[in-house]
This record gives sequence, C-alpha cells and structure tokens, in this order.
Amino acid sequence: MKFFLKKFLDLIPTLLGISLICFFMIRLIPGDPVLNLVGERGVDPTRYLEMKKSLGLDLPIIEQFWHFLKAALQGNLGTSIVSNNSVWAEFMERFPATVELGMVGLFFATLIGIPLGIYAAIKRNSFFDYFLMSTSLVGYSMPIFWWGLILILIFSVKLGLTPVSGRIDLTFDIPLFSGLYLIDTLQVSVIKAEGFKPFWSAISHLILPATALGTIPLAVIARMTRSSMLEVLGEDYIRTARAKGIKKSRIISIHALRNALIPIVTTLALLFGSIITGAILTETIFSWPGIGKWIVQSITARDYPVIQGGVLIISFIIIMTNIFVDIIYYFLNPKMRN
Amino acid sequence: MSNNLLEIKDLNIFFKSDKNPDPIHAVRDLSFSLKQGEMLGVVGESGSGKSITNLALMGILGDSAIVRAEQCSLNNRELLNLKEHEWQKVRGGEISMIFQDPMTALNPFLTVEYQIVETILAHLNISKGEAKNKAIELLLQVGITSPKDRLKSYPFELSGGMAQRVMIAMAISTSPKLLIADEPTTALDVTIQKQILTLIKSLQEKNNMSVILVTHDLGVVSEFSERVQVMYAGELVETGRTSEIIKNPKHPYTFGLLSSRPGAVTRPAKTPLASIPGIVPAFHQRPAGCQFNPRCIHVLEDCKLGKIPIEHFVRCLHPMKETIV
Repeated sequence: MKFFLKKFLDLIPTLLGISLICFFMIRLIPGDPVLNLVGERGVDPTRYLEMKKSLGLDLPIIEQFWHFLKAALQGNLGTSIVSNNSVWAEFMERFPATVELGMVGLFFATLIGIPLGIYAAIKRNSFFDYFLMSTSLVGYSMPIFWWGLILILIFSVKLGLTPVSGRIDLTFDIPLFSGLYLIDTLQVSVIKAEGFKPFWSAISHLILPATALGTIPLAVIARMTRSSMLEVLGEDYIRTARAKGIKKSRIISIHALRNALIPIVTTLALLFGSIITGAILTETIFSWPGIGKWIVQSITARDYPVIQGGVLIISFIIIMTNIFVDIIYYFLNPKMRN
Repeated sequence: MSNNLLEIKDLNIFFKSDKNPDPIHAVRDLSFSLKQGEMLGVVGESGSGKSITNLALMGILGDSAIVRAEQCSLNNRELLNLKEHEWQKVRGGEISMIFQDPMTALNPFLTVEYQIVETILAHLNISKGEAKNKAIELLLQVGITSPKDRLKSYPFELSGGMAQRVMIAMAISTSPKLLIADEPTTALDVTIQKQILTLIKSLQEKNNMSVILVTHDLGVVSEFSERVQVMYAGELVETGRTSEIIKNPKHPYTFGLLSSRPGAVTRPAKTPLASIPGIVPAFHQRPAGCQFNPRCIHVLEDCKLGKIPIEHFVRCLHPMKETIV
C-alpha cells in the first residue's frame, strides 16, 4: 500500500515539472496569439494592447505562470483564446472520440497480435515465424501518415467501401450519452428512429483509422509476445512441466503464457496511455475530432491556455496509466506482493 | 525379455545444427541397465552426456535431437516408439525427474499446491480434494513441517533445500518406477546435500523405486549407490560396483576424478589440489581414438587411432594378472 501511496505522491512534482516546461516552451515558439486573433494587417496598436491586457498576456511571465498554477490547482484550466470555451469543456468534448478510436485499434491489435506471437514462438524458425517477423517489422516501421493515405486511397477512393473522414454520417443526429458512438448509436431511441444504420455508419467510419492506428501496436505486440514467450519457454520450469507429463496445450497456456504476459501487459498499458492521449497523425489524416487533432490545432493558433491545460490533462492520464500498470503488475506477479 | 526395469542398448544421440551439415554426435553407443529398486550413480564432468541421456529417457530433448537405440525399454516396453500422448503418461507417471536447481525448476508464478496437484491429476484418476490431501501427505513424507501452510507458498518463499523437497514430493507423487535425480544437490548448501540424498535413498528403499543419481561427486556416489558408471565425452568409460571402482579405478579418467577429491590422496601441505588438465572437448572437436587421450597422463600413440572398444568385462573379484605366453 505504501508503494502505491508513494506513486501517487510522485504525481505532484511530475505534474508541476511538466506544466513548468510546457508553459515556458510554448512561449519560446515564435508567434503571437494576440496577432493571430486580431489579424496581422492593419492592427490598431491600442486595440492590440487592450486585447493583450484582457488575456493577461501583458503581465511578466512568472506572474502569468503563477496565475495559471493557482487556477489549475482550483480545477480551472482557463479558457481557449480562440473559441472562448473552457479548456476542460473542449477536452471533454473530444476525449470520447480519441478513446473510442484508441480502444478499438488497440483491441484488435491485441486480439490478433498475441495469438500470432504465441504461434510464432511455438513454431520458432519456421516459415510462418520468419514471415510474421518480417511483416511485423514492415508494420512497425510504417509511417502512419503514408499508411493512412494509402488505406484511404485503396478502400475509400478506389473501392468505395469506407468513408474518408469523420466519425459518422452527418445525416444522423445522435443524442450523446457516453460520447462513444459505438455505444450511443445503440440507444433505444436511436434504433427506434433509424434502425442499425447509424451503428454501421459509425463502424465503417472507424475501420480505416483504427487500422492505421493499430498497425504499429499490432506489430509491437506480436513481436513482444513472441520474444517473451520464447524466453519463458526456455525456462527450467517449462522443462519441469514437460517432465511431469503435462499436456503441451496446458504448458503453453498455464505455465508459459501467464508468465510471458507480464511484460506484454506492461507494454499494452503504456501503448494505451500514449494512444488515448491523442493519436496525432491518425486523427489529423482522418479528420477524427479527438485530442490529437485538438492539440495540433491549438499549437498552430498559439492558443496558450489550451496547450497548457491540454498537456496537463494528458500528462495526468499518462501518469495514471503508469500507476495502473504497477497495480496490474502487482496482481500478476506474486513476488511483488511480498 | 529381461528382468531389468530399464534396459538400454547402444543408445546414440545426435543433434542437428544449422552450422554443421553433419549432426553432432553427443552420446555414443551407451548401454546400461537398471534393476527394480536399484540405485545407479552416474558420474562425469559437464558435457559428458549425462543430462542429455536423462532427457532422452524422458523424451524431452527437443526437435533438434535424434535419438537412436537398439533397445531403450522400461519394463520391456520400448520407449523410443511411443507417441506423444503415450510419452505424457510415462513422463511423471513411470519416470520422474528432479533437477539441479529447484528454484528455477519450480514455476515461480504458481503455488506449491498447484504444481503438485497438477502433477497428480495428470496421472492419477482422483478428485482435486483427494489430490490435495495426497499433496499434504507427500510433503510430510519428504520432511516438510506444517505442510498445509507450505502448500500456499510460492517457490520463492521457500529455501533451496525446502524447494528441492517439494520437487521430490512432486516427483514421487505418482509412485514412479524410476526416479532420475540430475545433480539434485549441486545448487544446494553442503549441509543440505546430505539430507536431500538421504531422503532420496530412504524413499528409494521404501517405495522399491529405481534411481539414477547423476552427480559430479564420486564421494556422494560411494555413499549412496552400489553401482556407478563413469561417462566421458558422451561415452561410457568405466562401470562397476562403486566400492571396487573407488578403490581400484581402471580408467585414467576415473583415476583423475578420484585424485581430484580433497583428501583423496595424501599430499604435502600447501600443494595445490590435483586436477585433470584441460576440459571436455566440444562436440565438434572430439578427437580421434580415445576421447580422453588429449588430457590423459598415460597417452600413447595407439590411443589416438581408431575407436576404442569396451575392453574386457569380467565377472570376477580376482581377475587373472598373468598373461598367457
């Protein structure tokens, strides 16, 4: 318990450090949020100063940081310079989209990657093994921006099977409940009005981005599972299990896989952390209205509060997934419990 | 048909390898037998083929191994033709094995109870509850106090000696006919060694079980097993009654092993312990002629030519010393 308490206490200096770095870094980038707002040409200097003052950007940087920190501690992450909406509201509006995409992508990557890795480990040095390992290397090194465009070109443009961008056909008006369209389109009221059409529309919009997003994790998981399984299969206790006359399927599933899963689960949770905090390239290519796209847009617009607040939320989520990994680890590995 | 439990004739083990076109010949023309209830000591350095032979008897050498033998039978049943599901019944059921390091040989993520019960259920047709009771009984038998608590333990919570006792309990749980103990005390404290070996010996006598005791240590063999065979570079080099071989080793290798023991020969103070120079040659560097010739102190020219036959086996306490002219 002490162990977890310490982990949670570590949150404070980490978040403080991150906001400090982020706060000053964005102010080092050339560009001026006020100029972006009022337009570069024909700026009235008094209007410019007025604007700057109203946004609090005329104060010394240290003072600005102090104001940001004070507000953040009270749970107020500020308002967007561009839209005038609160940063938290903007985040919550986009977060479900990112979660939905990330979960689906990672779910299939895991569902396919782990069995492939296990099979490759059992059939070590076979044709299948070599084939899988070289394919996964290709998948691993695939640039997403290129891969996403190729997917769109083949499946959307040439074959016309899937939509190009967005989360659902604009003709459907879905009352939001969880923010996850795969769930919201199955609400009774929606099915009564439109049948399963909105649900299928949501799925067809998800397929390509989830594939693009899941490709690298799939390759990572398959390779990781293979090497982890191979390591465990070479252990003395696997030889013992064989010497005891245990069935091969049981040796694989009980004696080997369980132990091989520990590093895989760790990787998986870390992948999950990085994916749900914004798949920047995938979201940009497929115009997926998620966190990644949001951050990129706010950087372009020099929307300081959004960048500061967004980065803070994202780091918080990543740290929490790390703590979550430790908790899973604790339950998977009996040695940790001592 | 023979009365022996285990009958091995001309066992040869090869390993396929990617680097060499010819398979590596790891064990050559090994023949030996074992009676029901008998303990056989097997001695030799690392690389002499002891462990490989044992794994071959269990059928768990892996895909790269080729095992050939004129005969390799347990209770007159040929082992090498067995199908995988038949092997599974033999392994752990009729032949059990305990290993060098009990800490790595037990699965660190499963409790002692799980690992013992699993073995019992794989071979005996009894319920889980009965298997658990049997596991408690077994732990008591191998000298573990408060067995109920120990069942809940994970291997890393046990000491080395205790873990080896658990391994032994697991190995005898199905009342096997043959127990292979592959250097069961090498990884343990010297003080624990004797306890473990005494335990194995007592179980052997009580259950009328045959035991193959593999070890580096001729001293261990002399105390526990009546018969010993000495292996070198995949070949059997000397075999006989332990007391006789300890007293009167015939092969220079056995002689070397015996003289390397502290206190084996009286030597002046502060002189180093005797040792056999060199190491066992790697599989692909095996010499022609006698396998031991590069390290032998008596080596002569004819030692380096041709295969050495097993010279002269005689059932006599006082063999002739004169030669017929």
